[in-house]
Amino acid sequence: MTKRAFLFLLILLIAVNILGCKEKPAATIKTSSENNSDEPAYGDALIVGSIGEPSILIPMLAGDSASHDIAGLLFNGLVKYDTDLSVIGDLAESWDISKDGLVITFHLRKGVKWADGAAFTADDVKFGYDTIVNEKTPTAYKEDFLQVKKAEVVDKYTFRVAYEKPFAPALTSWSGIVVLPKHLLKDADITKSEFARNPVGLGPFKLKRWTPGQELILDSYREYFEGRPYIDRYVYRLIPDLSTMFLELKAGSIDMMGLTPIQYTKQTNTDFFKNNFQKFRYPVFAYTYMGFNLKHPFFQDKRVRQAIAYAIDKGELIDVVLFGLGSPATGPYVPNTWPYNPNVKKYEYNPEKAKELLKEAGWEDTDGDGLLDKDGIPFRFTIFTNMGNTLRKNAATIIQWRLAKVGIKVEIRALEWSTFINEFIDKRRFEAVILGWQIGLDPDQYDIWHSSKTKEKEFNFVSYNNPEVDELLEKGRRTFNIEERKKAYFRIQEILAEELPYIFLYVPDATPVVNVRFKGIKPAPIGITYNLPKWYAPQKMQKYMVEP
Amino acid sequence: MIAYLIKRLLEMLPTLLGITLISFFIMHLAPGKPTDILTELNPKITPEARERLEKLYNLDKPVVVQYGLWLKRIVKLDFGESFSTDRRPVMQKIWDQKQSLLDRRLFITLMINLITFAIILAISIPIGVSSATRQNSLYDKVMTTTVFIGFAMPSFWFALLLMMFFGVYLGWLPISGLKSLNYDALPLLGKIWDRTGHLILPVFISAFGGLAADSRFMRSSMLEVIRQDYVTVARAKGLPEKKVIYKHALRNALLPLITLIGLSVPGLIGGSVILESVFGIPGMGQLFFMSVMTRDYPMVMCILTIGGMLTLLGNLFADIGYMLADPRIRARQ
Amino acid sequence: MKGRPLRNVFWRRFKRNRLAAAGGVVVLLMFFAAVFAPFISPHNPDDIDRKHVLEAPSLRHPLGTDDLGRDVSSRVIWGARISLSVGFVAVGIAALIGIMLGAVSGYYGGWIDRIIMRFIDVMLSIPTFFLILAVIAFIEPSIWNIMIVIGLTSWMGMARLVRAEVLSLKEREFVLAAKALGAGDANIIVRHIMINSMAPVFVSAVLGIAGAVLIESALSFLGIGVQPPTPSWGNILTLGKDNIEIAWWLSVFPGLAILITVLSYNLVGEGLRDALDPRLWDVEI
Repeated sequence: MTKRAFLFLLILLIAVNILGCKEKPAATIKTSSENNSDEPAYGDALIVGSIGEPSILIPMLAGDSASHDIAGLLFNGLVKYDTDLSVIGDLAESWDISKDGLVITFHLRKGVKWADGAAFTADDVKFGYDTIVNEKTPTAYKEDFLQVKKAEVVDKYTFRVAYEKPFAPALTSWSGIVVLPKHLLKDADITKSEFARNPVGLGPFKLKRWTPGQELILDSYREYFEGRPYIDRYVYRLIPDLSTMFLELKAGSIDMMGLTPIQYTKQTNTDFFKNNFQKFRYPVFAYTYMGFNLKHPFFQDKRVRQAIAYAIDKGELIDVVLFGLGSPATGPYVPNTWPYNPNVKKYEYNPEKAKELLKEAGWEDTDGDGLLDKDGIPFRFTIFTNMGNTLRKNAATIIQWRLAKVGIKVEIRALEWSTFINEFIDKRRFEAVILGWQIGLDPDQYDIWHSSKTKEKEFNFVSYNNPEVDELLEKGRRTFNIEERKKAYFRIQEILAEELPYIFLYVPDATPVVNVRFKGIKPAPIGITYNLPKWYAPQKMQKYMVEP
Repeated sequence: MIAYLIKRLLEMLPTLLGITLISFFIMHLAPGKPTDILTELNPKITPEARERLEKLYNLDKPVVVQYGLWLKRIVKLDFGESFSTDRRPVMQKIWDQKQSLLDRRLFITLMINLITFAIILAISIPIGVSSATRQNSLYDKVMTTTVFIGFAMPSFWFALLLMMFFGVYLGWLPISGLKSLNYDALPLLGKIWDRTGHLILPVFISAFGGLAADSRFMRSSMLEVIRQDYVTVARAKGLPEKKVIYKHALRNALLPLITLIGLSVPGLIGGSVILESVFGIPGMGQLFFMSVMTRDYPMVMCILTIGGMLTLLGNLFADIGYMLADPRIRARQ
Repeated sequence: MKGRPLRNVFWRRFKRNRLAAAGGVVVLLMFFAAVFAPFISPHNPDDIDRKHVLEAPSLRHPLGTDDLGRDVSSRVIWGARISLSVGFVAVGIAALIGIMLGAVSGYYGGWIDRIIMRFIDVMLSIPTFFLILAVIAFIEPSIWNIMIVIGLTSWMGMARLVRAEVLSLKEREFVLAAKALGAGDANIIVRHIMINSMAPVFVSAVLGIAGAVLIESALSFLGIGVQPPTPSWGNILTLGKDNIEIAWWLSVFPGLAILITVLSYNLVGEGLRDALDPRLWDVEI
């Protein structure tokens, strides 16, 4: 190419650059303003980093946490949880429960609008209910709604549900899962609708733009019924790798992320960090456990399971796997919540006791090879867990090492999730697993512990069967009286701690970090994002200017 | 020339068929039905619904028939829908009409590989030639050693080292993705600069291995050619050394290199899996890895087939290049 | 093409090539390290130590510790076992398949040859790593599966080599003579032709070991290679990537091990090739 042509091109490039046909940015950076107070102010954008990308934004169809993160900001339910875990109204102003506990009548707020302007009415709730129980709807959340005998629209703002039997989790099941805009979806096939990627909701935010593989941009919904959110924009940025995300956080390109235990303990103690970020730490509503296949001959003897519990050092697990950011679990509930029973049998690390119990159960090293055996069979088994989860893999490795010290040989197999579920869990072809459960905010855990829930694809896959527990589970879910429920759940925890169908390992801590300019964050047992619409950046600290 | 092209394309067909056969076969390797992952998303799915799904994917028919039906669809480039929760058509996930060209996965992977290609060619030829002409000199020895190390260097390790040094320690280069978070706010020149910055490390790593092999090959090819009689004759005729090397020897030495380059296409495409996963690049390789891990069979089969097609295309271009470069072949047509 | 004097010449040439000789020494050292791993590693590679998690290299832990407090130097030494065994077995499988198919293809020619060649083309057209990835992920990673799959996808080069050798040898006099004497096909192929074509196959095998080691590390790096707690150079590198800002030793040392291994096998392989290549013998005898 001639020199002249080249020069011409260069000039052209610079000209284009100066004249700039710019794409509209996610948000432009603000210049400082004059207002000096720390008062709540409207404006700014919160940029959140995420490894996972949402797949569907319709709450009842979504399976992964990324989808729920976003869908949760777009849709509201009839009720929600307050910071002390009591139930308060969301789209329902109030409700009445009949004396026999069989009928709940919700009185809905008036004047709430969907983001497209249409009014929210009881019809939308009925529509959501009809959809979720429809057998064609591929949802994992049907179960609670199948208990409903009859659901009806009494009038525009009154919705009534009748149950076969009193069902305590009923109240809180009416969450954002089941409220959908009837006027937009009534003739559509919900699984094929564009709505899944471009929904219209009534929550504090609405979807502005979704760039697959990169980010989702949500704008605040000015007519949100609780009042316009202070933050104008919420950006969900996809960064597939936590180390990179951390670099972006430090560079200021994102404002919020979940720190890994290592980042929290070792990389965020500098002055730079303390001045520019706020770290939070609270127990997650989840626990990690080691589950035994109770139909396997090795694990049918309670003493064996207890021995294994004594052989494991939970403190070591928490120190190494979580860098100390967690607490030992003794049952399927989170410490400091009302259903949690602090006085159950605990298993401190005691390898001698473990060996003793094993001996009682018939396991001794009779051939001197370092492995326990019984009737000629050596004590070896496989722990399955899912691939890609480093924490569980490490926990399994540590357990393997500890069990070797009492003469038990463990192999670890990490499987890809769907193979794991289909080939091994569902078919009960496993010996032990290391998995975790999310703990629902309602303490009813019927699905996990009841002896009837042992069919294929149901959640009592360890085949636990205890008639007293069955009875208590029934009791717990059939009354709305908190004291009664508490009694039942306390006793259940006592039994579980004695029988150990699972060894409850730990409850990890969540360790999110947020840029220091966001105020109004109030950590509670349920987390920090429950009051996201009330977060704000004071005028003088706002970073981004959001164009509507 | 056209006749040759057509002949080559026809020859490619059975190979293409073989590729589809293998891709299809892989899908049925895993235990269980391929649709298990779909039925798994619905814990309460009824047996009727499961049956309906199996009919939809023709799983009730014998394997041979399934293969035939699948072939019919892919001729139209319809690879079906992804099994992942977003259920989008598979082709759309690698070539989304709604996205800007620069963001489409297939394009991204292709682009990186093409740039790598160009760089390999541009650098390995001079290195090979100069090593050959200075055989056994210090330069040659140094080059040979570097090349050997490059050959043995695991690409993902090299990537980690460079990331640590240039990204974390010096902070000069970004260590992941193709563009910065504030890309959209940048002016055009800034955008170009940003993309280039993100591409420097991945392309360098990608090219390094290929450089090693190709420059070595170029060297030995040159060495062989230089020994030929006609080169001695040219020198005897009194031609300047430069002309001898570049005009006569090089042309002939290039020929085997072209074939070698054609053969390196599958290596580059396959290598994109590691490269993209280390650098977090949203290309076809990264998608392939994710799809394999989540048992997204339609996606996997599509990418395997497309990968195979790209390789065949690469070979075709190499052949054409060879034909254009070697007058003897042209004459034969 | 037989006879002791020639073997001596070859050996002398190989030793002369300093790089190849150095490579050979390293290969032997690695082999011994792998075999005697339990005796030379400073710690038990599986020992977890909650007090020394992610520590930089020190006297006690010369190459540092990993995220469970395990000693990296011990894990690197034991990792040699994995890498080398995968290398040898995978190449063994590839050689078996390659030699058989190549010999049959070259000797019989005709449509058998065409089908086999076409099959080789197809296999070469699919990006190998894609194939390995898909297969391993679908049938679940275990060290045996990895060896088999790598073997099943690396035989093509050897098949072609053997086929070329067979093609050139089958018209030679000694083969025709054997035929005339009534020797069966299998007999001819194995005793006469293959023995003579082993040289390039051997070179290819040595180079193939290097390749297999690289693939195994790559698979382990991506998380679908060797499973916990077995140490592999690749899976230590995964930790290196995850902790890139605070644990440089996890990235540097295992990679160095891979580099040195692959380099030395390559040097030996190249050295062998040079020593065996008659065309380079015109300088001296």
